[in-house]
Order: sequence, then structure tokens, then C-alpha cells
Amino acid sequence: MPKPVLFVTRRMPASIEALAQKDYEARLTPSDVAITDLVAKAQGADAILCCPGDVLDARTITALPESVRVIGTFSVGYDHIDVAAAKARGITVCNTPDVLSVATAECAMLLILAAARRAGEGERLVRSGKWAGWAPTQLLGTQVSGRRLGIFGMGRIGREIARMARGFEMEIHYRDMSRLPPDLEHGAIFHDSDDSFLPICQVLSLNAPGSEGTRHWLNGERIAKLPAGSVVVNAARGTLVDDAALIAALRSGQIAAAGLDVFNGEPHLDPAYPTLENVVLLPHLGSATTETRDAMGRVVLAGIAAVLAGQSPSNLVR
Amino acid sequence: MKPRLVLACLTTTGVVARAQHEFDAIIHAGPGDMTVSEVTAAAATHRAQAILFTNTLPLTAAAIAALPETVRIGATCSVGFDHIDVPAARARGIAVTNTPGVLDECTADHAMMLLLAAARRGLEYDRIMRQGWRYRIGQGDLLGVRVTGKRIGILGMGRIGRAFAQRARGFDMKVLYHGRTRLPPELEQGAEYFSDFHAMLPHCDFLSVHAPGGAATEKMIDARALSLLPDGAVLVNVARGSLIDEDALLGALTSGKLFAAGLDVFRDEPDYDLRFAPLQNVVLSPHVGSASRETRDAMGFRALDNIAAVLAGRPAIDPLWRD
Repeated sequence: MPKPVLFVTRRMPASIEALAQKDYEARLTPSDVAITDLVAKAQGADAILCCPGDVLDARTITALPESVRVIGTFSVGYDHIDVAAAKARGITVCNTPDVLSVATAECAMLLILAAARRAGEGERLVRSGKWAGWAPTQLLGTQVSGRRLGIFGMGRIGREIARMARGFEMEIHYRDMSRLPPDLEHGAIFHDSDDSFLPICQVLSLNAPGSEGTRHWLNGERIAKLPAGSVVVNAARGTLVDDAALIAALRSGQIAAAGLDVFNGEPHLDPAYPTLENVVLLPHLGSATTETRDAMGRVVLAGIAAVLAGQSPSNLVR
Repeated sequence: MKPRLVLACLTTTGVVARAQHEFDAIIHAGPGDMTVSEVTAAAATHRAQAILFTNTLPLTAAAIAALPETVRIGATCSVGFDHIDVPAARARGIAVTNTPGVLDECTADHAMMLLLAAARRGLEYDRIMRQGWRYRIGQGDLLGVRVTGKRIGILGMGRIGRAFAQRARGFDMKVLYHGRTRLPPELEQGAEYFSDFHAMLPHCDFLSVHAPGGAATEKMIDARALSLLPDGAVLVNVARGSLIDEDALLGALTSGKLFAAGLDVFRDEPDYDLRFAPLQNVVLSPHVGSASRETRDAMGFRALDNIAAVLAGRPAIDPLWRD
């Protein structure tokens, strides 16, 4: 029996490309440039392995060849895929839940610490060769340990951040659509309204999915309800943030510092961000560890294989 | 009459306000902190009973000998005291205090920041962003090292080392440590003790330095120690630059023996070895382990508390020695 055809839209870690070639007639893409002729390249494919940044909207999905039965995305987020359109076409979608929660939470914790402790400014000073000496008043940051941390979106990643933050004796608060059971809550304090949640957030971590409902959730009105001098990090989706409002607050000092791994319009970003000293900016590398990227590849390929074998894997997007 | 104080270093507005309120104080306005000769002159003209300074002031035997008779206490606004000739101060009968305890959390936070930033290439990424980004990074490119679940070796399990261990446990790290003596179980919290530093190193995916400086720990992390670490290990130092042989560290960073390092302290500060500056796999910070406003206030207040106690005839809270 011939191997099924898998179209891979982007360059993958070498170990994952090797795995794909073992089980599939794999059409690899040796490039990191977002693909523009996806439909043409998918002709005759049984499965597509895509990434965030690829556009799989209703129009693209409708135009896909009949042969395509499953789309796997090398990500947890699937806001680049019109899942309803895929379902209507009888195409199953799977993703990589769980395996990148820890890496992304590490990234959020890194952003909290680096933004609060002004790591970028310190680095630029030292590397410039202009460090003039130690001073008790130099580069004073905000202490992280013992502070109140507000987590917007208490899913798997949010809960991992909470676990890490407890090592810093932070008081954990969270805002979500519903309250977690106590075994997942671990003493974190639930807020059912933004008005009760925002004023406690000395540190605010955004961990909600990107969707229409959360689009520009962090806007000027909500920023005004944060305590003055708070620290904000976003390792979830760029669309959660109204950039103009955040930039204004970083300039005014209402927000002391921000750490951002995700942006509206990646890989472009508002040109004001790189001009600000009080932001730490990462190019959407929340899951970028060797261990995690390998695990993501294995999970999504296992999901694709299960769908092609007529099974229903646990990483289906429903 | 208020006791007479020379505040020889720049400090926070909160500490200055309290010094002015409680003391007849000469407040140094900068730029930079007072030099030894400036301190000597100010103490003489002010007939100072106390000097509040920090690790920018080398209080050598000669500097101590030059201080006027009126001086009864020198309070350094730091935990480290390798800038002070303790036997000379003791022989002279001047009390010397430091500020332990109040900066443990802040310094442990900073060490964990450096560990995460080094492992996850945080500031290398930030440089990419500030150069404009605008290209897609391959799924297999620029990957960092996972922190969670790995093994962390801690050199020096004092208060800061233990605060750091607590943070590492939040990342499910297995904690190993070396110190002169083994801790009691309630402080050890399950960490594994190695009486032999070199025996610990092959088990350390990460190594964080929290031991004091000085002759006893000089260059403990040398080429031999670095060679004993697993390939791709990550080193963090928020303690003292003197613990590291920087030539050996530069070698291990450029050879790829170490994946990365996070350094807050250097052998020569602020004139640190500029060979570190072009390396992508180091995270550098300018000795700001205790640099939160909350902690710097607490350190200054603690130094003032020590001065007030000694000048009121009470024992110092944080004496560097006990008679």
C-alpha cells in the first residue's frame, strides 16, 4: 500500500521532518516564508501539516482538493483555521494541546521577571561598554516575589504559570468564564468580573485564546483600571491587546513595563514597541525549546495518523 | 542632639528622607558615590559617628586607619563585605554591619530571571525584535533549553541559595547543592547535598552560584569545574565575580560546552571583561540583583537601623563578627 501524502507547509525541526518522511510521502517545504499557493501544493494530499501564519480561511478550505481529510496545525492555537468550514467539508482538524503549556508558561514567567527587573535596559547598558558602576538607585525595578499576579485565562498554560509563580510567593488571581474546581484552582482567587479583577493585578498575564470575543481585550479602559505601575505580559495572542492603548500606558507609566511574545500582524509589529526601553520583546517563541518542538511534532503527526486510520485522537479540535 | 552620619553612597529617596529625619546627616549628592578620601574628609569635618556606604567603597586597613576617632560604626548597604578589611575594623574597635535577609527574595528572583533568559534566549530574541524582525523564524531555529523538570545545582545554600531553590521547585527542578556543611532537613527541603563540589557538577543541567566571594571561593568555577558539567549546561551567577575564572567561562561559552550563562556580577566591575559583550549566549546585567525599589529601601533602612542601635549603645542587629 502506498504511503499517504502529507503536505508540510513550512520547514520543520529536522527530527520531525524525518518522522514525517518515515510514515508519509512527505511534501516538505524548505522555507520559512508563509505559503501563498497552499491549495495548489495540496493537490493529491491526504493530510496537511500547517503552522500559525498560514491562512486556512473558509475560502482556502473550500478550494482544497477532495483528497484532504485532515489538517494538523503545529500549534495549540487554531485561529488561523476556519474550523467550521473544515467541518462542513468533512476535514478534521488537530492541534498540539498540552505539550507546549510548560514551555509557554516558562516564557511568560521569563517575561514577567525580565520586564519587572528591567533586564533589557541592563543588558543594553552593559553591552554598550558604558556601565559606569554600581549605584543603589540604578535601574531600580519592581519586585516580583510576593506580588499579586492576575491571570486572564486560566487554561493549562495559565495554571502552569500559577504553579511557577507560587515559588515566588505570588498571590494568584484569575479571570475566566467559569470557576475552576478546587483541585485545579490550588487556592487561586477567581474573579467573575473585570472590575474586581483588574485593580488587583500588580502583574497581569494574558493567557486567553485569540478570538473575536477577546479581541483587543486589553484596551485603554481596562488599562486604566490596573494599579499604577503594573507589569503586563502577553505570551498568548497579539490580538488580545490594543497596541495603541498599551503603548500610551507604557509611555505614561500607568504600566511600568511589559513583556510581549505575540503581536498584532506578526511578524510585523507596531514600530513604537522597539523604541520603548520598558518592554521586553520576543518573536513568538513561547514554545521554542528543542524538547517542546519535538513533542509538538510527535503529537500532531500522531493525530494526523490516527485520523487517517479512521480513529478519533485526543487532540482533535472540536 | 541627633547622631552625626555621613551617607556616602547614593540611595533611594525613602532612605535619604529617613536619614535626614533621624540623623544629623551629610548626604552625598553624587555624581557617583564618595571616594575613600571624600569619606575621610567628610567624616573629619562633620565629626561623624557613623558612615553608611556600599560595596563601591573599598574600606581597606589604610582607609580605616584614616577615619577620625569619632567614627563608631560603618554600615555597608550590601550583604557582601569583601570590600571591607574586617580584622582592621575590629582591631580599631569600629563596628561594621551589613544588610542580610532583606534582599534574599529580590536576588533569588533575579537569578531565576537570568536562568530563564539564558535558557530561553530571552534577550537574544529581544535584540532580533529591536532590529526589526520581519521574517518568519523556522520551527527548528533559535530553540532554547527547557527549564522545567531539569536538575539545578546550587553552589552556596545560604539564605539566597535557599530562596532560589524554592523558586526552582516551582519549575519542578531537582535541587542539588554544595556548601561547607549540610543543612538540617527543614532547610534542605529534599535538596540533595554534595560535600564534594566537583562530584555534584556532572549532575547539573543548570548551575547557580550563591556563595560569598573572597579567597576561599576564588575561581571555584574554573576550567576543570566547567569541564565536569554536562554538555549544554547553563550557568548563573548573582553572587560575586571572583568565584569564576572568566577566561575559562569565555572558553566554555564559545566552544558550546555551555549552552548559555546569565551573569549579574563580574571580576572587575564596572570595567568588566568586554569579551563578553559580543556573545549572543550570555545574559548580562549590571549587578542589579537587589535592584527593586522595595529592596533598596529595605537595605537602606536596615543599615540605618544598625547605626541607630550601635549609637544608642545597643548591640548591632547585623554585626560582621560577634565578640
